[in-house]
Amino acid sequence: MTMDTNFKHKVMSYMAGNLTCRETAQLMTDYLDGSLTFRELVRFQLHLGLCFACRNYLRQMKCTIAALRQLPPEPVSPHVKEELLKRFRTWKQCPSQSSGKPGAE
Amino acid sequence: MLDRLNLDEPGLIQALQAGDERVFAAVVDWYSGSLLRLALSYVPSRAVAEEVVQETWMGVFEGIHRFERRSSFKTWLFRILTNRAKTRGIRERRYEPFGPSGSSLDADEGPSLEDALFVAEGSGMGHWNEPPQAWEPDTPERVLLSKECRAAIEQAIERLPATQRQVIILRDIEGVSSEEICNILEISKTHQRVLLHRARTKVRRELAPYVQGDKT
Repeated sequence: MTMDTNFKHKVMSYMAGNLTCRETAQLMTDYLDGSLTFRELVRFQLHLGLCFACRNYLRQMKCTIAALRQLPPEPVSPHVKEELLKRFRTWKQCPSQSSGKPGAE
Repeated sequence: MLDRLNLDEPGLIQALQAGDERVFAAVVDWYSGSLLRLALSYVPSRAVAEEVVQETWMGVFEGIHRFERRSSFKTWLFRILTNRAKTRGIRERRYEPFGPSGSSLDADEGPSLEDALFVAEGSGMGHWNEPPQAWEPDTPERVLLSKECRAAIEQAIERLPATQRQVIILRDIEGVSSEEICNILEISKTHQRVLLHRARTKVRRELAPYVQGDKT
């Protein structure tokens, strides 16, 4: 190993070596949020490049987030919507009375 | 939603200010489910949460003429809801801003749940106890096709501490930006990220047993 390669390996291990899987997992939200510092990002990506388990975990997290994004909204009972439209019509006719107590106060 | 109404956001606000019932009905249809989900994290029952949603829409009538577009309509809507839901939750003794389910303590609930996934000591310290495997199905569409997976996600969200639940609903389900969430929930950016990470970790864990290839 030449001096140069040795030095390069030392730099690589300095950048990536002290990031464990646990630390990598803990940085995942910050990574997905784009809020890692440059140094953290380099260490994170180097770790990920070397670790299939962390790559799988990141994929699982992304899949979880994407599934959350596609959850259908909570169903709202039709009477709530009807009641709202009634109140809307009253408000439209007489906006000043709109502050009549909403809901069961 | 705006596309379907053929409106941009300023157009939507103008239509609401002018009392356009068609637009109001569409907006109610579109957002009430999202509002209800968030309201359920503040109050003890669906009935009370539905009342909070109604109160929120009443707040929209009262405030739409004063709406200054300093935030998006959606953020403004969530902000009205959280104010009303907090008041209501405190009255129902469910929501305690400085109590165990409140904002500041959610982040300090003890060691992160992730700790259990890793070797705690010795030469393998910090490495996976059981390395995560690839999921199957691994696309959100196919995950959500499974009733068990969907129920696992819904239940995981319900079981989260209040502020973690609010953050994950706003960020991941509703797609609200981090900045807007900090504004809506009145928390710092760092706190928001800690809460979000904890919430995501728990939801992933609850989902894992229902997805092939993983037991973590």
